[in-house]
Amino acid sequence: MGIMNKKTKRIVTDPMWDNNPISLQVLGICSALAVTVKLDTALVMSLAVIFVLTLSNTLISLLRSFIPSKIRILVMLSIIATLVILTDQILKALVYDISKQLSVFVGLIITNCILLGRAEAYAMSHPPGKAFLDGLGNGLGYAWILMAVAFFRELLGAGKLFGYPIIPDMLYRMGYENNGIMMLAPGAFLLLGMIIWVQRAVSGKVEE
Amino acid sequence: MHSNGYTIGFALVVCVTCSVVLALTAGGLRPAIERNIAFDIQRNILKAVDLYNPRTPQPPAVISSLYTTHIRGFVVDGTGRIVPGKTPDDISAESNSDLLPVFARIDNQTITGYCIPISGMGLWSTLYGYLALRADGETVMGITFYKHGETPGLGGEIEADWFTANFVGKNIFSSDGELVSIRVAKGAVPKDAPADTRAHTVDGISGATMTGNGLTAFLKSDLERYLPFFTAVRNGQPPVIQGV
Repeated sequence: MGIMNKKTKRIVTDPMWDNNPISLQVLGICSALAVTVKLDTALVMSLAVIFVLTLSNTLISLLRSFIPSKIRILVMLSIIATLVILTDQILKALVYDISKQLSVFVGLIITNCILLGRAEAYAMSHPPGKAFLDGLGNGLGYAWILMAVAFFRELLGAGKLFGYPIIPDMLYRMGYENNGIMMLAPGAFLLLGMIIWVQRAVSGKVEE
Repeated sequence: MHSNGYTIGFALVVCVTCSVVLALTAGGLRPAIERNIAFDIQRNILKAVDLYNPRTPQPPAVISSLYTTHIRGFVVDGTGRIVPGKTPDDISAESNSDLLPVFARIDNQTITGYCIPISGMGLWSTLYGYLALRADGETVMGITFYKHGETPGLGGEIEADWFTANFVGKNIFSSDGELVSIRVAKGAVPKDAPADTRAHTVDGISGATMTGNGLTAFLKSDLERYLPFFTAVRNGQPPVIQGV
């Protein structure tokens, strides 16, 4: 990574903060709401998206001069869908319990706008190396938001982190209760809203 | 601009490549996935018959050996008689055949419980699980759910220990021998409910009345299919299983 110049580095860092796919472009919200009840499902989902996104970006970029523009969206979707089904099968074989909890959401990565968005907006017009970095950056940008939302949902909704009880029993005996709304989709909406708020307050970005 | 011939050719190459890749992975991973599914089913049956507690997870090898030592699967027909030569693997859960799988829990060569698959509609989805009865054929030993698409935190609570634990010790027959199954109440069962009602009712999940109603309905209809079998068990005619 040492040989990366500033411009190349920005390909990865931009989507992490200044141009985050979830908090700035507001893409991929559906899965961010659905799989963030617990950290372990959010982590596996994040890894799955990073895997699919870097590979699909690289593959599409490699093929970009051969893909007929008339059917480019179909070709992109075929490549993305293939990678997603591949991921789903691998998860079922390796981490069956978590893949059961993720249920349809791994399959729904196909419809995640981040993937088709990056393919069309970036991979089709940039060389494979850059497309790989762009996929990685956007994947990581998606991942950290998911992990942040899942961290607060699991902590406040279940009193646990990665399944381990964090809130001491004593607090429960003193009358503390887990926050039920964090277990439901609205809880994720509230957290996501707050993350976007904090992020924009920090970066000073204003919607034009 | 590419020619039409090139476009069609390119599409074909993409399709064939994708199909080959997928077919190869699916084929290569199938044994591992099927092993996982079979293992998950074994674990759920063990949970229903009170041999496995998910709070203290066990390695797959231990679960498999627990299963082979303690569980005998067999198949009964609509009249409650054992169908010789058939195992539960021969009938899929979805089929509507008259053949019904039963998994008996064996301790020291005696049957101590019977586990049956249950399934039916909740609110959004079909719930799948297992219900186990003690050797008397009427007292609930345990219940588990291994697949559902209910709302997490609401209907999804059917998986939670506090909910399934309520079933343990309930009776599916009324005091005059009629099959009443177990009813999921709307909210908590009233403290002043008569003992006869309490024996057949469990606390519902607040915010998930519809899931509970669905469960009440399919539990009853599933148990009705097994009625001849459990009637025989209650009348002191337990099934004769090889090696027991």
